[in-house]
Amino acid sequence: MRFYPGSSMVSFMSEFLENKTKEDDYNPVGMNTGGEVADFSEKHFSVANKTHRFFHSQPVAAPAIILLTSIIVFGLIVGDRFFHPYNFSLILQQVTIIGILAVAQTLVIMTAGIDLSVGAIMVISSVVMGRLAVDFGFPPVLAIIVGLFVGAFFGGLNGFFIVRFKMPPMIVTLGTWNIIYALNIWYSNSETIRSGDVRDIAPLLQWTGNSFNFLGGRLTFGSILMVIIFVVVWYALNWTPWGRHVYATGDDPEAAALTGIRTDRILMSVYILAGVICAFCGWVIIGRIGAISPASGTTANLDSITAVVIGGTSFFGGRGSIYGALFGALIVGVFRNGLALAGLDVLWQEFTVGALIIIAVAVDQWIRRVGS
Amino acid sequence: MILQPIIKAQGLVKHYGRVVALDHADLELYPGEVLGVIGDNGAGKSTLINRLMGEDQVNAGEILLENKPVSFKNPMEAREAGIETVYQNLAVSPALSISDNMYLGREIRIAGILGKVFRMLDKKTMQQQAREKLSDLGLLTIQNINQAIETLSGGQRQRIAIARATAFNSKLVIMDEPTAALGVKESKLVINLIKDVREQGMPVILISHNMPQVFEVSDRIQILRLGKSVAVVKPETHSMSEAVSIMTGALDPNDHEAGAYCSPHNGN
Repeated sequence: MRFYPGSSMVSFMSEFLENKTKEDDYNPVGMNTGGEVADFSEKHFSVANKTHRFFHSQPVAAPAIILLTSIIVFGLIVGDRFFHPYNFSLILQQVTIIGILAVAQTLVIMTAGIDLSVGAIMVISSVVMGRLAVDFGFPPVLAIIVGLFVGAFFGGLNGFFIVRFKMPPMIVTLGTWNIIYALNIWYSNSETIRSGDVRDIAPLLQWTGNSFNFLGGRLTFGSILMVIIFVVVWYALNWTPWGRHVYATGDDPEAAALTGIRTDRILMSVYILAGVICAFCGWVIIGRIGAISPASGTTANLDSITAVVIGGTSFFGGRGSIYGALFGALIVGVFRNGLALAGLDVLWQEFTVGALIIIAVAVDQWIRRVGS
Repeated sequence: MILQPIIKAQGLVKHYGRVVALDHADLELYPGEVLGVIGDNGAGKSTLINRLMGEDQVNAGEILLENKPVSFKNPMEAREAGIETVYQNLAVSPALSISDNMYLGREIRIAGILGKVFRMLDKKTMQQQAREKLSDLGLLTIQNINQAIETLSGGQRQRIAIARATAFNSKLVIMDEPTAALGVKESKLVINLIKDVREQGMPVILISHNMPQVFEVSDRIQILRLGKSVAVVKPETHSMSEAVSIMTGALDPNDHEAGAYCSPHNGN
């Protein structure tokens, strides 16, 4: 009855609807164990209590409801301009970068960690891809592969300090954020590779920015890549032993270790995978901007955390889902877009996002309270 | 017929620096029995048990599992050899489901390329088997095996953990303070469950501070004192206060009429 991360979106919706009936299925039997331990009857539960139980069992319900509501509200305020397919594809393009980084961030936060270096890894990967392909004439495919390895390396570096020296992830990634940023300036000579140069020499790097018509909107290959990354990570988290072990490690590392899970390896794999995903995002950001700049994506770090938090993934680890991150990124995207179309100043967009974070965490804490 | 112990530890020695945690401790567990292990704090209970389940290395001594010497480097190896442990903290992941928890660390993957290459979980089989195993033990008729562990009560969680320990061809189950965190009513359930496990022929090592419970459920009780196995007593021959006296050193077990070592399954 809790929204079990393994089920698909479809079964999520149906479970959503059946929630009430399933609730009553649980039937504790005392037979040869003598006497009831738990009484699951719901007679005396108030409305608030039932709501609480519902959101507790369906962690993605809250962000899903917020997303739908915000789309409806902005549709009513802004009107047709908001509902235009082109606008939706614009929102999608705007959330692509944050969406991909949010996948990486979700994986890390799921293990009760945090990765402040996702933006930096993304940028250095894109700079490496660009330098190799444009300045040193590497074949673009090779440049991209090397860029992905760079992402894996820095992710692995984070994992190494966190696993080996038991350092808090926030401190480690705060450090590597600065280190990578400095290396990035050094390696790029703080020069931007111009969009025209990229187009002439290594157009493959900008492929992620190419778009095609889709139901009246324009879809970029970068957005497609984002969807693919979401699906792959969703599968890995929910349909492989590795995914179960990530959840278990985040939930209670000691308990996970006692069941034989090698939590160190799981953590290491999570940080490396997060690094690779950030590097993919580095490729996507080249397509989005066109040029390759060491100064791009400066707000991406915190935006990715924002998306994850709004998506209902718990900072305490073990709870959350990958589509929560997608919803979170979309909620931020819809709010920014809707507020802009409604004619509000950018500063009110920031204000709203800030308010959303606080509301999301407040709701999250309320939802997490077990057995109240 | 000479009864062979399932597991036999002899002459285990463990130092932590200059502190001697185990001083030639022995332990024998026979088929179908519940062996209680008691001792004051620091008597070596945890060290002895940690060794059996491969969490700790000893300085000397050997362990025989079904007469074959074994040496486990980690709990995984011990588990693969058939030594299951129910930990004090249960080692369950609250946010994961019942079936996920039962198969944590030994997930079943789908046969064929999906399982081999894509490492896809066989959720259907796991859920089905988890349900069967729970009902085999007469534990719970759970309809929703995908229910998160955190929605269960402490006693229910405990029983899931015990089900997990007994469900996978294990040879013996070690229970480390299984009732420490439970109330009276739930403790009672767990004690009954230990009896059920024994009924099924599965031997159990029970470590507990709760003397009445140990005396209620154990066939034999091993008493540790200062890292030594000073006595193995039976609830029929020794009273609880005698056991405590041996534990604290007030009574020399050899002075007791039943002697310092009670062999299994004699008399009754």
